[in-house]
Amino acid sequence: MNEQQTRGARHFDPAIDNDDEQLKDVLGTETNMYDFKDDDDAAFRVAEGLTPDIVAEISDEKHDPDWMREFRQKCLKLYYQMNVPEWGPPIDGLNMDEIVTYVRPDTQMQADWEDVPADIKNAFERLGIPQAERESLAGVGAQYDSELVYHNLQDEVAAQGVVYTDFESALTGEFADMVREYFMKLVPPTDHKFAALHGAVWSGGSFVYVPKGVKVEIPLQSYFRLNAKGAGQFEHTLIIVDEGADLHFIEGCSAPKWNTANLHAGCVELYVKKNARLRYSTIENWSKNMYNLNTKRAIVEEGGRMEWVSGSFGSHVSYLYPTTILKGDGADVEYTGITFSGKGQNLDTGARMVHLGKNTSSILNTKSIAKDGGVGTFRSAIEIRPTAKGAKSAVDCQSLMLDSHSRSDTIPAVDVRTGDADVGHEAKIGRISDETVFYLMSRGIPEEEARAMIVSGFASPVSKELPLEYAAEMNNLIQLEMEGNM
Amino acid sequence: MTQPLLQVTDLCAGIDGGNILNHVNLTVGPGETHVLMGPNGAGKSTLAGTLMGNPVYQVTGGAITFDGADITGAATAERARAGMFCSFQNPPEVPGLTLNEFIKNAIRAKTGKPIKIFKYAGELKATMDILAMDESYAERELNVGFSGGEKKKAEILQMLMLAPKLAILDETDSGLDVDAVRTVSEGVRAYQNQSGGSLLIITHSTRILESLHVDYTHILADGKIVKTGGPELVDVINERGFVDFEG
Repeated sequence: MNEQQTRGARHFDPAIDNDDEQLKDVLGTETNMYDFKDDDDAAFRVAEGLTPDIVAEISDEKHDPDWMREFRQKCLKLYYQMNVPEWGPPIDGLNMDEIVTYVRPDTQMQADWEDVPADIKNAFERLGIPQAERESLAGVGAQYDSELVYHNLQDEVAAQGVVYTDFESALTGEFADMVREYFMKLVPPTDHKFAALHGAVWSGGSFVYVPKGVKVEIPLQSYFRLNAKGAGQFEHTLIIVDEGADLHFIEGCSAPKWNTANLHAGCVELYVKKNARLRYSTIENWSKNMYNLNTKRAIVEEGGRMEWVSGSFGSHVSYLYPTTILKGDGADVEYTGITFSGKGQNLDTGARMVHLGKNTSSILNTKSIAKDGGVGTFRSAIEIRPTAKGAKSAVDCQSLMLDSHSRSDTIPAVDVRTGDADVGHEAKIGRISDETVFYLMSRGIPEEEARAMIVSGFASPVSKELPLEYAAEMNNLIQLEMEGNM
Repeated sequence: MTQPLLQVTDLCAGIDGGNILNHVNLTVGPGETHVLMGPNGAGKSTLAGTLMGNPVYQVTGGAITFDGADITGAATAERARAGMFCSFQNPPEVPGLTLNEFIKNAIRAKTGKPIKIFKYAGELKATMDILAMDESYAERELNVGFSGGEKKKAEILQMLMLAPKLAILDETDSGLDVDAVRTVSEGVRAYQNQSGGSLLIITHSTRILESLHVDYTHILADGKIVKTGGPELVDVINERGFVDFEG
């Protein structure tokens, strides 16, 4: 059985069909990253923080294969050429000159549990994360503990021929060719400045391959491992679910990342092959000083299904727009998300759906909660391209404002290039009514708890989509956030 | 006389500085059923809301004592935990919160203890039977898409499950058909018999009272209790209306 899979792995499909003009258009690969001129050395001179030497050092430390070594350097050049995006919340507070300090996670790994900010420690207490796991977040010993968690999971799924490994091992392991073929093809470094930065300094993350027809019964989780390595800032996740296979992957931040570094520019690339299904769940609870500039993208082949479940709680500023490209006929995607913006937070989230195949369908359901002056912006972009005959799309976005000095915006964009698309959009912004709070209180429920119950109820369509312990945790997070409110 | 459960003394209250209640005096003893009637705009709902501590109403004078304690300025949840309950005329919808979870949370808030699941489930089922409610209602989102009758039944269900010392029923019978009134009144009778709690039934019709034992009837007009009598007063109102009491 193992031999078969190994053989299968050597005959994998290319990541992206290079003859597909529409796809090229979506990914922008016509601006080939290898085409840029070499006379831009001036950029390097003015660059204070990140230098080719530092990137080469990362390559050394990670024992990069040659192609990756080269790739990182090219991404670095792109990074210098590109501008910081200006269409979303300001990220002025992020000192790009100090980028090098964010790139070096090792210093944070020295920190011990005592240095973890009090609010996050509290969160852990409330979440009931056992002592052992908690310690694993803080120190070097953690790495060992979390490796155990990880290997246990691997044992369970390995029997099915599923590959689940850390990204560094994947680069040189049995699936090295596949990794090379797929790495940063869906999110090319040309996409935006932080994608280029990611390409240059990425570290950590997961590689998952589910062979044809294999249904993984229990979800895979990337939860502890990221924290322990202290390399979560630029982690790369690459998941390939082969034809007819089925996987639920949970990107976990039950454990908030407490690192003092404050930039997260991860990258997630998801390939859903013909008739395959992938569910990708995330609960994010970053520390409140984090700039979360994460890029997530999925491409779905014929008859495939992609499901996103996303909860965003932490961070100072977030740009988070998972993109799904429905490439094959009959492919579909469902996105369910919740964003909670509290004091000092500006969370710009949403999703982009690109319909290329015939009879493709997308469903987008989001909830956003803003309190204590928090700003929540929801963007949806639905693109029905000319080839996507018979496409359907439904967007529903609901916002709940917990006070009058918070802000919630909805920015929907729809671009239809066919004559028969069925596209719907619904948006609703509301407040918690005093009458409802009084009603709950009249049954003996204290005010703070009454408000939390109303918010949890509002969020329940999302928590219902999560595995039980994550749903419970999300409710705990809401409770914690609400307590801060009073 | 034993200590009254509810003692309202010279109560003045209203909205935005304008008084709606003018020196209301009312005493409800343990286990007694009082009926409060009065024309529209007399202040009946204001009285119910003020007793329950709805922040919409401001108390400008007088006092409310409940079970021996002055609760004039107490928070709503505190009053509820002390054993006061008020059914709403038109309870708000709470999406995502099931009726079942709501009742459990309320019981937990009241007792401060975890729910005994099997005992609770049995009680819930038996109580829903009294009210001819299908079990599936427990898993519906609180009041979301409930008809008028369903909302009222859900209110009475909460009352029976929480077993308060005093239940204030604000127009619980309004807008209900004959069958629904009968069911609701069945529930109210169960409350009288099972928990021995007191009742303050606010109504301007009398249908709900037909099958209930009533101890006292009060007429509220222009924010004052203008007449107090026995159950026979209900019949007088039935025949003559409130004309005798309106200024």
